[in-house]
Amino acid sequence: MKEKIITKNLNLWYGAFHALKNVNSNFSANRITAIIGPSGCGKSTLLRVFNRMNDLIEGVRMEGEVLTDGINILEARADLVVLRKKIGMVFQRPNPFPLSIYENIVFGAKIHADNIKKDRLDEIVETSLKSVLLWDELKDKLKKPALRLSLEQKQRLCIARLIAVTPDVLLMDEPCSTLDPQATARVEELMRELKSKYTIIIVTHNMQQAARVSDDTGFMLLGELIEFGETDKIFTAPKDKRTEDYITGRYG
Amino acid sequence: MRNPYRSQKIAFFFLFLATLLIVVPVGLIVIVIIQKGLPAISWQFLSDIPRQGMRSGGIFPAIIGTLYLVSGAIIFALPIGLLAAIYLSEYSKDNLLTRIIKLAIVNLAGVPSVVYGLFGLALFVVFLKFGVSILSGSLTLGIMILPVIITTSREALESVPQSFREVSLSLGASKWQTIRHIVLPNAIPGILTGTILGLGRAAGETAPILFTVAAFYLPQLPKSIFDQAMALPYHLYVISTQVPNVDEKIRYGTALVLLTLVLFMNLVAIVIRYKFRKKKKW
Repeated sequence: MKEKIITKNLNLWYGAFHALKNVNSNFSANRITAIIGPSGCGKSTLLRVFNRMNDLIEGVRMEGEVLTDGINILEARADLVVLRKKIGMVFQRPNPFPLSIYENIVFGAKIHADNIKKDRLDEIVETSLKSVLLWDELKDKLKKPALRLSLEQKQRLCIARLIAVTPDVLLMDEPCSTLDPQATARVEELMRELKSKYTIIIVTHNMQQAARVSDDTGFMLLGELIEFGETDKIFTAPKDKRTEDYITGRYG
Repeated sequence: MRNPYRSQKIAFFFLFLATLLIVVPVGLIVIVIIQKGLPAISWQFLSDIPRQGMRSGGIFPAIIGTLYLVSGAIIFALPIGLLAAIYLSEYSKDNLLTRIIKLAIVNLAGVPSVVYGLFGLALFVVFLKFGVSILSGSLTLGIMILPVIITTSREALESVPQSFREVSLSLGASKWQTIRHIVLPNAIPGILTGTILGLGRAAGETAPILFTVAAFYLPQLPKSIFDQAMALPYHLYVISTQVPNVDEKIRYGTALVLLTLVLFMNLVAIVIRYKFRKKKKW
């Protein structure tokens, strides 16, 4: 298994609040890793370290190392544009831009290169929409406003918009929490299809989802990564008492 | 026992009365001015120069002068105001300097317009030697409407959801690309609305142009930005108070043209805002 993202003694503070404590983990390429834990345990914060989205919050301080392809992304000279192009994010609430479906998908491509030919953009739209299984539904509605789509379609569109900038890693921050169970099942199916090409890290507080969709699971509590390993083992034979308590529903 | 319904009715009556009192003066002003001014309005009145010591003829140079001044004010105020608004809403951190800047903007909005006039006279006319000219007047009006433009533009920028910025950044866009391609396009209707409201104010003010540009009587059109010009509000002041025996019709006709100009700008602003509200769905 190839390691895609490695954290070494990662610590993070929001002002005086110690939000991540000595997190050591290995996220493998072409696998889905779920991060679970109760609200406020730092799982979203950890996810947002990987594309440096925490930088938007004032008073954030980080220590330790986060390596991806041998580069420490916490270094001051890390190029955030390159990093975020490589490590993309799907947010909790589907958030397409108030533009057409087409314009949403080509947004990233246009940002990263000048003067792309129309043919090339059309191609990007088609392959991106095909990879999220929306092409057949939407190919005749590309000029329609993206805000008119259903929630599930919007979230798929957001994934397509992300795929269009050709990332290696997809960070998903509770991507299904606004969707109904059927739509959730379909998006999970999509994640399984995508993992051959991407490294996927998903934050969820839905344990069934973590069990269904992930290959590896990390359990976090109060800013610490308590246990990290293959999903089957975490859910059937957790080593730590706290993991067991959480999984069996004793708190959370 | 007191009857709660009766006191409620009385309260409602006074609330309604107070609201009605707002409508009455607006309605009266419009009605009186239309009634007395409309007979003066003709193509000749709008397109001719003032004649016989402004007692007859038209107000064309004043209309053109006001349009020049308003255009000049927007050329100066919009870029500066918009850039300042972008800085304040997107880049600045909450520190002492930003708080001083924000306080200055609020205070700028509260400065009486005649003070702007004096300031314009001292800075543009005398110190920078632009003379009494369209340039000086436009700059003075521009400074006067800067706070309106900055405040409304900032509100427009800040009303763009934070999530749009997050997504854009997360896709690898730089901060400037995010502002340029995501934030600004979604804020433009609000910025336009504020700008037009500011212009409506600039078109109607007398005091700031009094010392900086306005000509008492100039029966020809300005040829450059260093020329003096007539302007509608000042012209109205002159024919109402400085020139004896001006026909009432002409005075109210001038007022009607000025009022129509300002109301028209406000109407455009309202239409833009209304259309945008209908379209916006986040």
